[in-house]
This record gives sequence, C-alpha cells and structure tokens, in this order.
Amino acid sequence: MDENSGNQEQELGIRDTGEILATVLEKPEHVRNTQDGKPVTMLEAIREALWEEMERDPNVFIMGEDIGVYGGAFKMTEGFIDHFGENRIIDTPISEAGFTGAAAGAAHMGLRPVVEMQFMDFVSCAYEPLTNYIATSRWRHAGAMPLVVRGPVGGGVRGGPFHSQNPEMAFFHTPGLKIVYPSTARDAKGLLKAAIRDDDPVLYFEHKKLYRAPFLREVLPKDDYVVPLGKSRTHRAGKDISIITYGMMVHESAKAADELSRDNIDVEIIDLRTLLPLDEDAIIESVKKTNRVLVVHEDTRTGGIAGEISMRINERAFEYLDAPPLRVTAIDTPVPYSPPLEDYYLPQVSDIVTACRYLAKY
Amino acid sequence: MSKASLKREQLHEVYYYLQLTRQVEQVLTNLYRQNKVIGGLYRSLGQEATAVGSAYALRRREDGTGDILSPAIRNLGSLFVMGAQPADVMKQYMAKGDSPTRGREQNVHFCDYEKGFIGLISHLGIMVEIMCGVALSFKLRNESRVALTYIGDGASSTGAFHEGFNFAAVQKAPLVLIIENNCYAYSTPVSRQTACESFVDKAAGYGVHGERCDGNDVLAVYEMTKKAVDRARAGEGASLLEVMTYRRMGHAEHDSQQYVPAGEREAWELKDPLARYEARLLAEGYAEQQELDAIAARVAEEVDRAREAAESAGMPQPEWALGGVYGDAETAAPWTRTAGIRNRN
Repeated sequence: MDENSGNQEQELGIRDTGEILATVLEKPEHVRNTQDGKPVTMLEAIREALWEEMERDPNVFIMGEDIGVYGGAFKMTEGFIDHFGENRIIDTPISEAGFTGAAAGAAHMGLRPVVEMQFMDFVSCAYEPLTNYIATSRWRHAGAMPLVVRGPVGGGVRGGPFHSQNPEMAFFHTPGLKIVYPSTARDAKGLLKAAIRDDDPVLYFEHKKLYRAPFLREVLPKDDYVVPLGKSRTHRAGKDISIITYGMMVHESAKAADELSRDNIDVEIIDLRTLLPLDEDAIIESVKKTNRVLVVHEDTRTGGIAGEISMRINERAFEYLDAPPLRVTAIDTPVPYSPPLEDYYLPQVSDIVTACRYLAKY
Repeated sequence: MSKASLKREQLHEVYYYLQLTRQVEQVLTNLYRQNKVIGGLYRSLGQEATAVGSAYALRRREDGTGDILSPAIRNLGSLFVMGAQPADVMKQYMAKGDSPTRGREQNVHFCDYEKGFIGLISHLGIMVEIMCGVALSFKLRNESRVALTYIGDGASSTGAFHEGFNFAAVQKAPLVLIIENNCYAYSTPVSRQTACESFVDKAAGYGVHGERCDGNDVLAVYEMTKKAVDRARAGEGASLLEVMTYRRMGHAEHDSQQYVPAGEREAWELKDPLARYEARLLAEGYAEQQELDAIAARVAEEVDRAREAAESAGMPQPEWALGGVYGDAETAAPWTRTAGIRNRN
C-alpha cells in the first residue's frame, strides 16, 4: 500500500484485504525503454507511467473501450491484459457514463481506477458522474475520489468535429476536479504518476498529435519521479512578453518565439501543465517581469482559459501591465474536418507572431 | 403472505425497523410543519417494507467489511437497518452543523462506509453506476460482499440506469438492483414511464435473474432479496428485482397529489405494510400484542431522544462551506470579506 491509499483507507474505514496480487512477470520490451536508457515518445512515456503505477500499486486498474486484447485505439495499453489480467484491464461496454460512475464506486472502496476515454470528445457523456458525483464527493463528506480520466484530445489530425475537441473548459468550472494537460514526454509521465497517486479526481488530457511526434522523443530519468500537480514550468525564459499556454500550443509558441527572437523580441513561455488548480503565482510573477502577456490556447475563444487568466492578472498585476492582455485561440466553431478549414480554425504560429509584435509595439 | 424463514427475534427486529421508519418520518413531518426542516421532506409512508425487508437480507457489519447499500430517497428504513442513527437523519433534514455532512447536504444524502451505506445524490439513476463500481471492487478483490441499490420506477428510464446495470450484468458483478415501483414519479404514472408490462421484464434484456413481489409484504421482500443476495455472493452475478408498492404521500410534503384518482390512496391504505405485518405476527403466533406494544413504545422513546438531540444541535459556521473541495488545496474566501483587502496587490 502506498501512503495515499493508506490515508484513503483510514479515512473511509476500509480494510486492505491484500488479496490483489501484483504481477511479477517480466516487463515486455515496449514498456522498458526508459529502463534500457532509450528515448521515448510522449505516448510511450504515458504507457510506462500506467505500467509502472499498476506494478507499484495493486489498487490501480484501468477501464475503457477496446483496451484489452486490442490494446486501445492508440495502442496505449498494448500487452497490458496479458500481464495484469482482465480483472485489472477491463474492456467496458460503450458507456462512458456507466464506467466513469463505476470508477467512482470502486474509488469509494479504496481502489484507484484509471478510466480511458477512447477520445476525450466522449467525456461529455460522463459529464454527469464527473461534475455532480465525483467532483463533489470529498466536499459532501462522501470520501476522497482517487481516480483519473485520461484520453486523447486536440486537433490538427483531420479528425473532424467529434475526434478533435479540447473539452477542458467544460470541466474547469467545476470545483473538486483537477485538470492536467502535459506538453512533453517527461511531464506526461511524471504528471500521470502524480495524478494516479492523487486523492482527488484528475482529468488528464493527452494531445494526440504529440503522442508520436519525433521531436518530443527524449530519454527520461530512470528513477520513479513525479511532476507535482498545480505547478507550471518555464518552457523558455524571456524578458519582453509572457506567453501563457499549454499542450500543443507550447510548441507552436516556441516556434513563434524563435521567429520573434530574430527581431530581438524576447519571449517567455509558461507551460501551465495543470489547468486546475491554476498556478496563478507563476503567471503573475512572469507578467510582473515582462509587463506584456499573451495567452495562447488551442481551445475555442469564448469561455476559454484566457479569459480567466486575464482576470487573475487584472486582479493581481494590473499596474504592471504596459499593454492589454491578449489571446490567440481557435475560432468559436466546432472543429472542421477539411484541412483548409481546420487550419483556419486552429491558432497558427503566424497568429502568435503577429500578436506578439503588436504587444511589443504597444 | 410468504412463509417466514426468520427466527422469532429477527421477526421482532424487522418490526422494530418498520416502526422506527414510520415514527421518525412522523416526527419529521411535525418538524417540517414547525418550519424546522430545511427544504423538502420525502415520506415513505406505506412503502417502508420494501426498504426494511430488502436491507435485512444483507450481511451487516460495523467495521466496513459487510455488504454495501445505497438508498433511493424513499429508503430511509434501509439506512436504519444498516445502522444509521435517527438523530443523524433528523440533523440532516434540519441542516445542522454536526449532521453527517456538516450541513452541506440534506436528508438521506450521507455515507457511512463502516456501517455500509452510500448516500445518493439527486441525479436519478447514477447510483446504479456507482454501485456497479462498488460491486466491481468486490469482484476485483475477490471479497465475499454484495452491493444493493434501489431505483424508483421513474429513474429506471434514465440512461444511467441502463449503462450502470448493463456494465454490472456483463461483468457478473455482485449487484442487486431493486426497482421500487410505487406507481408515481413525482406526478407521472408508470404508464408514462415504460411500455413494459412490468419492470421485471427488463431483467431478460440484461440477461440477469429477475423476480418481483408484493412490496408491502416485508417478508416477501426479504425472501426475494435474500435469494438474489445469495446468488450474487455465490458469483452468479447481478439481479433485477421489482417490488410493487404505492406512494401514499406526495412526492414531497408540498405536493397536493391532485393527479391521483379518487379512491386510489384509500385502497392502498388497506394494504399498509406495518398493519399487515403486525396482524400476521399476531395471527401466526410470532408475537404477543404486548411485545409489539413494547417495541413501539421503545421506538417512541428513541425517536423522541433523537428529536431532542437534533433540535438542540447548532447550525454550521458560515465559513465551513470552504474546506474539503480538495484534499490538498484550500478554497479562497471572498476577498471582500477578508482582512486583506487593503493589502491586495
């Protein structure tokens, strides 16, 4: 038993039956890259995190559609069922609300479910259990909710309106949930481990275009590291403009920053990593340094996180600003399918460059 | 009426829980009329047997190792069987600061994992999903435990009912689902809720054991539930049971029930589960009148003590609303109410 689940059991008065057996079979090659000193993609990093957490804690189990023999739509759990068995790798009926609610029931009993949404677009089906039941459980004195709902998000892969969404803000408004959205392999692994060990419910968003992106391949530390939730990361330090962003847009912003550096505009990029709770202090600190701020997100404009971040800056750093806080976002439409349409929909590097030049001159 | 397989003292205990449920609700009605109940009051008058008889079929422990139950709004009696205290229920209804949810939630929306019950939330059908997960955890850990939950005739129309129960059925999880058919969902009659002749017909659609019984016969409910619980414990999977009863009061105390046809309530009053049970215990020699009178008097004393405790309990402090949203992060108080206004930066 790890410390967290020990606390959980103490709080809920649930005994540890000790009857779940940790698997002792040898680790297959595709989850051994880090151990062997080889670089991993973001997808492989997430897979390693899942595997290592299942090995570490017998209370961790995974539910989702087609995750067993098939290994999941993106092959995230490939080979898992052979090692962990069908009690811990559960192929579910097509019922996102049903198995997300069931995850809550299992969490009540001291288990640590990880729920896979085949595409995060479908998490809307589980809005009811997530927002009404799961998010409120601890506050209602109904107990902690150590569960993770994870899955692929984001556009740029020509998935159309129902396989490309960024639904994070549909949940941002709900007290009790945590929202994580990594942009690198290293963070993806460490944040997922932290999410699984956390006693609160975590929505964990994985940008599908980053899953196998070659430029994100990196050699990860061999130790059992975690990246704490609620802490942002300075992706690039700069003194002229703060770009506050997350997910895929960290990398688009970095391309823009490279271009802007040729004009001697020195951009700082804050990768939020966790959206809820928001690392407000880091945002304020960066804005106080640069006095100019641009929020960039792939999500749509209205009700996007830029509005909230701008208000926090207004509350705490108004007098430090030399220009109005601005944003670059997707347009307020569903995600289009055809490449010219989707590219128009998505924020482009050129949009970020244009916005930064405007801010620099303001 | 069904044949009793319970011992004499158990039969008396069942009578005690029926009395307790009815008397607590009667006191709550009085408190409601005195404006001491905050919000609505949801009576189970006339359907106490469904809750008491079914919960009595569970393995009850005080240490968190027994079966787990989740009530619907009219299953107060099932909570008492599992060990809930009348004073706690009254404090919940009166929004008191030392209620099990510290004033954050109401009526039977509270949990006790040691005694083995999980309070519902207001979104109907969702507890089927939650209890499916509880049952699944028993299966994963190979524990000999059973999950039981109730759902009204109305909530059986939700998607959550289907998704939760189908998952449990497929997984052969030890879940017993009781559809409490009390003829109305708020004002909507069963005929507007389903095209099935009876709810138990749905069991075939899920490939599970199904059975129904007279919900106003407490021992019939017990026997039917016991069979399903034993099946679940033996690894034979989920069951769908239907108990047929009648909601004699409105949805809540404010409901005038003008939608109820004349004479319907009166007909069901004649089938009152408490009166029927009492008559049977006497007729079949399981109890003497003075024994039952003594039980009723003991309940009256307990309920009065509970009422005193609940009435004298204090209300929560306003800022108690803040804590516990997360395990490791505090919710900010409104800045306009804090001493730090001058220092805002």
